[in-house]
Amino acid sequence: MKQITTPLTRDIVKTLHAGDTVLLTGTIYTARDAAHKRMCERLDRGEALPFDIRDAVIYYVGPTPAPPGRVIGSAGPTTSGRMDAYAPRLIAEGQTGMIGKGLRTDAVVEAMKEHGAVYFAATGGAGALLASRIESAEVIAWEDLGTEAVRRLTVRDFPLTVVIDSEGNNLYIQAPEKYRK
Amino acid sequence: MRNIQASRITEEVARLCIKANTDLNQPVEEAIRAARQTEESPVGCEILDQLLENAALARAEHLPICQDTGLAVVFVEIGQDVHIEGNLEEAINEGVRRGYTEGYLRKSVVRDPIDRVNTKDNTPAIIHYEIVPGEEVKITVAPKGIGSENMSRIYMLKPAQGIEGIEEAVLETVRLAGPNACPPLVIGVGVGGNFEKCAYIAKKALLRPVGEHAKDPFWAEEEKTLLEKVNRLGIGPQGFGGTTTALWLAIETYPTHIGGMPVAININCHVARHETVVIKEEEVAR
Repeated sequence: MKQITTPLTRDIVKTLHAGDTVLLTGTIYTARDAAHKRMCERLDRGEALPFDIRDAVIYYVGPTPAPPGRVIGSAGPTTSGRMDAYAPRLIAEGQTGMIGKGLRTDAVVEAMKEHGAVYFAATGGAGALLASRIESAEVIAWEDLGTEAVRRLTVRDFPLTVVIDSEGNNLYIQAPEKYRK
Repeated sequence: MRNIQASRITEEVARLCIKANTDLNQPVEEAIRAARQTEESPVGCEILDQLLENAALARAEHLPICQDTGLAVVFVEIGQDVHIEGNLEEAINEGVRRGYTEGYLRKSVVRDPIDRVNTKDNTPAIIHYEIVPGEEVKITVAPKGIGSENMSRIYMLKPAQGIEGIEEAVLETVRLAGPNACPPLVIGVGVGGNFEKCAYIAKKALLRPVGEHAKDPFWAEEEKTLLEKVNRLGIGPQGFGGTTTALWLAIETYPTHIGGMPVAININCHVARHETVVIKEEEVAR
């Protein structure tokens, strides 16, 4: 299993291939439907994003509220396809990593190939386990969105699988072929 | 005539919301363990191990199994000899409000599909009432995440399409769901009725405990056949390839029209949550 750390530079991106399992350590940002919409609206107005998008990893997650004594509640991935309308824009701005689950459109894959980005899956439905690898969580924008607010997370050994790499290889397409009967 | 206080219903709904979301029911966990023994893909085995570890952690730490703690779907069977003191619908929604707040569950409901303002307490619940003989109230809380719900489908088939048509509808739905619905899946299939009845019985199929086949031997056999066919698709845990695409498949049927054969497929992830309570209260002379 590969160990990688943020910032996720293009040099690191190039070493990742569909099917690799990795442990990610460092800073990542959370955003899902509503936050993506607002980020793109900010770009439309020529305003700055709530965090530096260059070499950044965005985790598509809406966690449960943190119970007392915890930094975050359950925190597994949401379905990435709902962010497909916005992802190519953010990749063009410098985003290099996405964490979610499920299929992506061709437009996203093309942007990943063009600019050098990678799509990881975290295990959907393993929200408690994934939360145990999150060491800190802080809302940095749009608190009004509640679970959908943008958070800065510090993760340690966050378990991920590379689904689509920067060459466009796609585990979701390739792997089931082997087991089809 | 039995008398049941609405406040009692509130307490039970709140408790069931928390339990369903944090304590993976045993039959599902056993099905994951069994799948772990037969899964052919090494990555698939790793995923199944993660799901078992996750379930144990969630139970021990009282954390939600999944962060999508869902829409609160509530099935209420009301005995026709029961009188409920207070407003039943308000009592159920108050239970959801309390359960989701006190249990640190996620509030995922927006008040309008277009303006999308969060109601901040996960209400309103989706409530299905049924009047049944007797003097008890049976409540089942079945929180449902949207990742799998979004991949559910309904087909209005022609009778001539027969059992092959039903199988193709299920297989197409699972193929289209792919990795999105977080396989390994639990699949609820409704066959018959009309448009809305079919969707309803597909949902009800998800309430049957994993491992319990349909009572009708023909449909019990079809459940086994279809589950095998689903697992030959190769999608596997999380869509990373493998032989465990679904843990379970349940079919519910209902009489239908001479000219129709609706088929609804309600997809659930492995977190097939449902908890039930039967309330019997003190008899009150009336």
